[in-house]
Amino acid sequence: MGMTITEKILAAHAQLDKVSPGQLIKAAVDLVLANDITAPLAIEQFRKAGCAHVFDKNKIVLVLDHFAPNKDILSAEQCRFVREFAREQNLTNFFEGGDMGIEHALLPEKGLVKPGQVIIGADSHTCTYGALGAFATGVGSTDVAAAMITGQTWFRIPESIKIIFTGRLGPWVGGKDLILRIIGDIGVDGALYKAMEFTGEVISGLPMPDRLSMANMVIEAGAKNGIMPPDALTRAYLNQRLPSSDQGQIVVGDKDAVYAEVREYCVTDMEPQVAFPHSPENVHGINGIARIPIHQAVIGSCTNGRLEDLKAAAQVLQGRRAAPGVRLIIIPATPWIYEQAMRLGYLETFIKARAVISPPTCGPCLGGHMGILAKGERAIATTNRNFVGRMGHGESEVYLSNPAVAAASAAAGYICGPEHIGVKEPS
Amino acid sequence: MKGTCWKYGADINTDLIIAGRYLNTTDPKILAGHCMEDLDPHFAAGVKPGDIILADKNFGCGSSREHAPLALKTAGITCVVAKSFARIFYRNAFNLGLPVIVCPEAYENSHTGDVMEISLEKGTISNLTRGTTFSAEPMPEFMREIISRGGLMEYVASTRGKG
Repeated sequence: MGMTITEKILAAHAQLDKVSPGQLIKAAVDLVLANDITAPLAIEQFRKAGCAHVFDKNKIVLVLDHFAPNKDILSAEQCRFVREFAREQNLTNFFEGGDMGIEHALLPEKGLVKPGQVIIGADSHTCTYGALGAFATGVGSTDVAAAMITGQTWFRIPESIKIIFTGRLGPWVGGKDLILRIIGDIGVDGALYKAMEFTGEVISGLPMPDRLSMANMVIEAGAKNGIMPPDALTRAYLNQRLPSSDQGQIVVGDKDAVYAEVREYCVTDMEPQVAFPHSPENVHGINGIARIPIHQAVIGSCTNGRLEDLKAAAQVLQGRRAAPGVRLIIIPATPWIYEQAMRLGYLETFIKARAVISPPTCGPCLGGHMGILAKGERAIATTNRNFVGRMGHGESEVYLSNPAVAAASAAAGYICGPEHIGVKEPS
Repeated sequence: MKGTCWKYGADINTDLIIAGRYLNTTDPKILAGHCMEDLDPHFAAGVKPGDIILADKNFGCGSSREHAPLALKTAGITCVVAKSFARIFYRNAFNLGLPVIVCPEAYENSHTGDVMEISLEKGTISNLTRGTTFSAEPMPEFMREIISRGGLMEYVASTRGKG
């Protein structure tokens, strides 16, 4: 009986020949991540254990992205606390200010994520890195503290669900729509404790940014990790960032691997998907929904703040303006993306479309800053969660969509797809 | 442990337990003061030391923020009994010394205001108000030791040097 890609990566890091679902293992970690809201608790726990040094100064990544640029005095104190720790430990990978991007966009972009790695992070969207064929999962601050000390953590081997996509994606339909559709089908605990493995002809042709969006949101179905077998597109992505001698370990699942469940989707005729308040599982196709006016549109986040996301938004907004009464907020996820968006003219398109362009930050996604909603306000966002109070007041609402839909909605003033405002095909 | 129940529904996420807008601090007392704010505005003011949370499936889903179990524990909650737990929350709760128990029957047959007595060692949940007792998995000794020490780091510190 063979092993899945997830099982193989975990077995290798536990120095075992074979692992099975349910088995508890102690595994070495290749990268340990925390941010400005989870690192402070981790550092407090690190101190409590009485430890002086992290296990490897090159394998700890600290990113001040959530409430930065510092939104208030308390946030500034948290950032200072993390900064001082990074300096004391002489950490190689500490990102703030103009080096800072939203962590799950930044780490792959910097070449810190490689196939075959085991990565844990005190952020639930750490699962994003599965798009590159790594095992990556979110944990709490205490688990991060323990891993910063020992370089190890314990795991229960998850069962795997294989999801196969066939058919051909239509215009303005991408990774965000695929993952929303699955969450809509299986629910917010549909993959609880499990690995979600994505394959099929659609995935083979799916650009890396879309793959990252999909893996990013597997936590919204309760999954432990999401993973895509590395292929030519993965290799091309790595070639742009890393020497060929340092691109990790390509791991492929066995043909006779055992899956708890196999699901197949034909994506031909799938329309853009929108998750209604207040759950990512409350998913509807764009064409069937009634007229829902919005006050704000947010395009950004670790889910959809990448260059290709901004490209889609710029194509939709070219020559258009946000409707009166709609605040359009664009958040390039990293400084590199910001620069490219400027160079390619996207930022000019956005400014002419009456958009506010934010520096890279998680900001409004988790109700931090840069676009908080008042009581009764409604937003469409390319983010990943639409829980009660997620972007502000407990009586505000968030609808989740892909960047093209969010851009079209901003222009129309109500939720709709690009075709509704006359933008036919992505160019 | 013995306390009064607060009963909530399914998929209670960590944003509801402690909203993102309060994550600019790790001060447990401030976090506890806003615990469950967007779900039940009466919780933070009404919760008493020893109280217990009862919840439907997937309690603690969403963000990995350890501030969530920290807020519950500091508010006075001594145990969460649910039909199921989200993976990260389950791990975080034990790491911070907050016991959580899976017991669908206890959830189905108990209500807000009921007084419950829980034995982690035996895995029993007794509803003293209704005179019923439910069985869950007994908690292994090392897990109870983590709880009684106040969390994983305290447990690790206490076992250091014992070989």
